Amino acid sequence: MKNLDQIRQKYVEQYRRKLGKDRIVVGLGTCGIAAGGNKVLQAIKEEVASRGLDVEIDFTSCIGMCYCEPVVEIALAGAPSVIYGNIIPDKVAKLIESHIVNKTPVYEWAAIQIPGEAAPYEGISVMEKFPYYEKQVRSVTSRLGRTNPESIVDYIATGGYEGIEKALQTDRQAIIDEIKKSGLRGRGGGGFPTGTKWQFVYDAQDDKKYAVCNADEGDPGAFMDRSVLEGDPHSVLEGMMIAGYAIGADEGYIYCRAEYPLAIRRLNLAIAQAEEHGLLGDNILDSGFSFRIKIKAGAGAFVCGEETALLNSIEGERGMPRVRPPFPANKGLWQKPTVLNNVETYANVPFIIRYGGDWYAKMGTETSKGSKVFCLTGKVNNTGLMEVPMGITLRDIIFSIGGGIQGGKEFKAVQSGGPSGGCIPAEHLDTPIDYDSLTALGAIMGSGGLVVMDETTCMVDVAKFFLNFTQNESCGKCTPCREGTKRMLEILQRICEGEGELEDLDTLERLCKVIKNSALCGLGQTCPNPIATTLKYFRSEYEAHIIDKRCPAGVCTALKVYTILEDKCTGCGACARNCPTGAITGAKKEPHVIDTEKCIKCGTCIPKCKFDAITTA
Amino acid sequence: MSSCTCGGQVEAKKEAALQKLFDRYRDYKGGLIPILQEAQNIYGYLPKDVLRRIAKELRIPLSKVYGVCTFYAQFHLKPRGRNIVRVCLGTACHVRGGSKILEAAKEHLGIDNGETTEDLKYTLETVACIGACGLSSCMMVNDDTHGRLVPEQVGKILDSYE
Repeated sequence: MKNLDQIRQKYVEQYRRKLGKDRIVVGLGTCGIAAGGNKVLQAIKEEVASRGLDVEIDFTSCIGMCYCEPVVEIALAGAPSVIYGNIIPDKVAKLIESHIVNKTPVYEWAAIQIPGEAAPYEGISVMEKFPYYEKQVRSVTSRLGRTNPESIVDYIATGGYEGIEKALQTDRQAIIDEIKKSGLRGRGGGGFPTGTKWQFVYDAQDDKKYAVCNADEGDPGAFMDRSVLEGDPHSVLEGMMIAGYAIGADEGYIYCRAEYPLAIRRLNLAIAQAEEHGLLGDNILDSGFSFRIKIKAGAGAFVCGEETALLNSIEGERGMPRVRPPFPANKGLWQKPTVLNNVETYANVPFIIRYGGDWYAKMGTETSKGSKVFCLTGKVNNTGLMEVPMGITLRDIIFSIGGGIQGGKEFKAVQSGGPSGGCIPAEHLDTPIDYDSLTALGAIMGSGGLVVMDETTCMVDVAKFFLNFTQNESCGKCTPCREGTKRMLEILQRICEGEGELEDLDTLERLCKVIKNSALCGLGQTCPNPIATTLKYFRSEYEAHIIDKRCPAGVCTALKVYTILEDKCTGCGACARNCPTGAITGAKKEPHVIDTEKCIKCGTCIPKCKFDAITTA
Repeated sequence: MSSCTCGGQVEAKKEAALQKLFDRYRDYKGGLIPILQEAQNIYGYLPKDVLRRIAKELRIPLSKVYGVCTFYAQFHLKPRGRNIVRVCLGTACHVRGGSKILEAAKEHLGIDNGETTEDLKYTLETVACIGACGLSSCMMVNDDTHGRLVPEQVGKILDSYE
């Protein structure tokens, strides 16, 4: 068998040469681009050209600190890398003047530094000590924001494709045993042990098998898979190759949602590069193992994230779930044995093969090993992507890494697992996160989206939001999900409009149970979770909507009562001048009042008030 | 047929592209969805005649082609605007006021969600999540993602598209 030694040596040198130069690197994941990263890159190119500087300009993907995108990294040869946040094109000239020309970092804009072997700058937080990163580990995300995702040179130079090299010299059963030993469980949400799944497919007797990657990350509030695909596409390919070799497949599919054009572009590029290097195709590295990967772009249906619906969609059918058994491990894609894993699961595989299952199993809790990537969003100060060891508490994630709640408001709940997950209240913030503890709380690990909610979020509205989503996305194949979600949504709408009755809550609870037990697929079985958990932990809010006809968070329009706080109102009259129905009256410099009969609850007055004197609760 | 000759040329070009598409996917397993996706790229939407052609080429019933394209949100049976505006109403955007962004876009374009402006310049849609939750609220125009929006910015961004 051939090995990659020669090429790796060449690429390591090439990579070191790149790092040995003065460098400016711009973060260009979807988040960086959305925040204006391309304009920053353009401004940097122009500035460097006009000054005639000899600087390497490169780009990378998302380092995780979405809250301060666009992110720019500057490293002088032999000095620490400094990562700047919130860089807009207007800041570029000063940045380059100071850091590149005068060799002094712009301290006030610097977020963190990564010293490597160099002596750190005084006055800039070192990454590992910085609150956002202190409790994180970086294994699956180790290349994110550090290497150029469109360069196979960077990938191979940082240990890439060592896993497949090692795997090809190992017995196939031994690879599966190693995965079992690692304790890796499916990162897409279900948490099924990956090694066991591979064993089923390995044991299935057939002339053709498939390895499929589920990159149809549809949960609102989740972007881990997008970040991995955009930041380290080769690692997913390598994981699939190892799976393919272990189970005896020669063909793989990546089913990626069409809403991720950049991920699809970078995957296509990575596949072409791997093929050029003889890492995909026939007789890989002269080992006798052949493997090809194709990309299928989704067509916009959430249910296709469900494994059997996904298979139907690849086959060109409507993406409706199949009845199981038979399971995909025996009759999957085109009725052939198929292993189906999520992006993050595959991305973990090369590391496990390189460092061994025991190394991986050291991290995490008894039943959930390793690390997990989460996306923290919502009403939290530091939104972004993070990788943490299993067993960390929600409090650590939200308050240490996430920096607490925006605007000093009070934490109310965190929603884990998207439309299939649940809302976890403050009293459970100290629960160590793993698959089983989250399930016990009525939520699920899900793919890893964590949406933080504060006192201004209405829990009934949140339940309605998710149900509206699942109702829209229900494929219609089985009755419990098709009809049940519709009925539950109607009840929630009624409650939000102040027309609910107390017995509605019992009906909701019963429907939750029935749908959970009788729906055909994961989408239907888990869609009651947002309702069940909010009913369990925030029943008083439902009751306030029903009995007092009041929305405590002031969100549900029909239940809003606009009032002016006497002590805050200065009588400036700004609200009264803008009120379309003339509902606000009052003498100049005297507190105004709102006539609730005339008020149409349009909300025009609130942004007009400079003194926060109008409330809706 | 109209007397405008350039229109004819455009049609012929589209026809040739469609033919090429069929040739490429003739022996491809599970080709229906990629064909629909690329045909929609050619025509901007999926006209009835094109659906008929696809059914014939793939030797499958028209009802099946129709069934697949109405199942997926991505396929459109009516003409769409040159610029597709997708306002995100995912969880993070919902919590941070995505519906206000949608209201601003509706007001600016004078159309409702799911509609196309009369001049075929804009189509307004909502999307359940575009995965830029760290920058919520956000909106996509064509392939550009705009993040950290407040309603006041929406009009200016929309106007910057031709």
